[in-house]
Amino acid sequence: MTLFRFYVAIWLGKLLVLASRLTRRGGSTFPGRVARRICPDILTRLSGQARWGNIVVSGTNGKTTTSLLLANILSASGMKLVHNRTGANLVYGVTATFIQASSWMGRLDADVAVLECDEAALAGVARAVEPRAGVVTNFFRDQLDRYGELEYTVTVVCRGLEAVSRDGFVVLNADDPAVAGLASRLPTRPVFYGLDDPSCAGTGEGAVADARRCRACGGDFSYEVFYFAHLGLYFCPQCGERRPRPDIRVTRRDGLGPVGSYLEFDTPGGAFAARLPIPGLYNAYNALAAVACALTMGIPAHTVAHALESSVSSFGRMEQLAIGDRTVFLALIKNPAGCNEVLRTIMEGAGERHLLIAINDNTADGTDVSWLWDAGFELLAGAAHRLPLVLTAGIRAEDMAVRLKYAGLPSGSILVENDLKAAVRLGLERIPAGGILYVLPTYTAMLDLRRVLNDMGYGRRFWEV
Amino acid sequence: MEITICHLYPDFMNLYGDGGNVIALHRRALWHGLQPRVIPVSVGMPCDLAACDIIFMGGGQDREQKAIARDFQSRSGELAAALQDQVVVLAICGAYQLLGSYYRTAAGEQLPGLGLLDVWTEAGSPRLIGNVVVESELDGTRRTLVGFENHGGRTYLGPAAAPLGQVVVGHGNNGQDRYEGAVQGSIIGTYLHGALLPKNPWFTDYLLRRALARRGAEPTLGLLDDTLENLAHRAAIRRARG
Repeated sequence: MTLFRFYVAIWLGKLLVLASRLTRRGGSTFPGRVARRICPDILTRLSGQARWGNIVVSGTNGKTTTSLLLANILSASGMKLVHNRTGANLVYGVTATFIQASSWMGRLDADVAVLECDEAALAGVARAVEPRAGVVTNFFRDQLDRYGELEYTVTVVCRGLEAVSRDGFVVLNADDPAVAGLASRLPTRPVFYGLDDPSCAGTGEGAVADARRCRACGGDFSYEVFYFAHLGLYFCPQCGERRPRPDIRVTRRDGLGPVGSYLEFDTPGGAFAARLPIPGLYNAYNALAAVACALTMGIPAHTVAHALESSVSSFGRMEQLAIGDRTVFLALIKNPAGCNEVLRTIMEGAGERHLLIAINDNTADGTDVSWLWDAGFELLAGAAHRLPLVLTAGIRAEDMAVRLKYAGLPSGSILVENDLKAAVRLGLERIPAGGILYVLPTYTAMLDLRRVLNDMGYGRRFWEV
Repeated sequence: MEITICHLYPDFMNLYGDGGNVIALHRRALWHGLQPRVIPVSVGMPCDLAACDIIFMGGGQDREQKAIARDFQSRSGELAAALQDQVVVLAICGAYQLLGSYYRTAAGEQLPGLGLLDVWTEAGSPRLIGNVVVESELDGTRRTLVGFENHGGRTYLGPAAAPLGQVVVGHGNNGQDRYEGAVQGSIIGTYLHGALLPKNPWFTDYLLRRALARRGAEPTLGLLDDTLENLAHRAAIRRARG
């Protein structure tokens, strides 16, 4: 009977995935939901077949990019992979991913699954898939209306990681005190990664104070080197708590502008260098997390370096799309820390920037747009002469416009157009031939934007990404 | 005319974009031709609260509220003196609760507040989350306030405090009596984030006018171009009504 249910769930799940593709409604959680209703342990049955095991990737920012880089590295090493690459990172999406990867008889021919997990969904996924490795990127303030407070997020992620098998490992960001602090609360072996390049130091301005306080004694952390938000080489002058020494570290990062970073790694197995074709300091951290996991799994350094160099940006995380003779540069924004790094990255260098910022407040974006006031849009006001076009769009276009006005941009220079399609058309019309439209959308605005670009005949459909 | 805005614990009590309120006070004061000065005051930093015109304090996570508790208590007498002198105080979320007489936790423990505002708060579940529209006659005219609430505590008003307004959409103080916020003398407490002030320019100007009146200055402000602010205000109402 249970085996019968298992087959029915697989078949129905596969048919529903197919149907959602045909109707062009990608990203639906419906197939996974139905399959789990029919066979509640379907995820355990499928994921248990991965020969090496399962890896869960979570944290506030960078989990999609980190998962993608890790998947690229593992593929390059010859492993067969299951990976929820469209960012369907709740338990239903993960289930649907496994159903798609399995045969009609429920057989899974895979070595490893790389599973990006939403923080709140991690515990549910991890209990079902019993991961052999867990990777945590960082903890920033994100979507507090959904999760309550940052402490809660740390706690639910910790609970999820407790399901990692005892002979496995957890890959933790040494430079984020909230992430590094998980090590003492988990029975599993920690592998720390971190950045040891003082030339990457940032200014503390506009930073969010989320985790800049010692978890052991409540005192303020001091920083020997401070990178961004609360990431850096921290120590507590009161109780002596400090950043753990990373096992795998980047000892040098040179920003190459919008084309990426040059990274030098130092690892227990030796040093190596790679060019990462994805820009921004925070993406260097994502690469570091993926590299730390892959090296701990025993993947050789030259395979890792080669895979990094041939990586492209993940789904909207900083991606360039050719639209006729113009380019749309897409960078997802969803919380203050990530948004600040995107702003810093797109304003790097000289010359004009044409901007479209699209803010939605649907459930997947976080229904509270207050976070716009924690992000440092003042950076744009300081470069107002380089911004010939600033458009705001989406359900909360007006909130964004007010934020920019109070950041110091002249209110006459801000255009409000709720309708994303009209905003994109206007933006593309206003940039010169060969120019770039920088588009900063929240998550569901990015999905809408894809649809708009598809309808205009550009861009990949997102289930093909 | 110089206007001094004290921002209490910007490093601890800044949940949900509350810093936007100080940005709004500062910008609008500038646009009105005043000379605003913002003084950030954190734990252990001396500040003559009675010499300020407006004092702002936002909400924090539990950890942060614990971290400032003792310092905030130690300023109680000074804050009372400032209120006696009609200094305008805007307290949001956690700060609103802390100014009340006490906060009773889910375990029944009673944590004392500063007792400067006649309200008390009890822990509750579930959290009250979502867009809020409030009707208020604070400045003598019936107007709307828009914002976003996210609080577990249920706050109730004693006889000395008046509600800031009536809830049109959302939960408000406790999800029962349809009141939101509290006003007592020159203190205004509320659960509304958003940030609150940028999208409610009339309310920001009301605070500035009160500060001017206290200084004995003519409490009138010129008209500003609030096209974008009013667009955002109306969009928030539409969004709240669904």
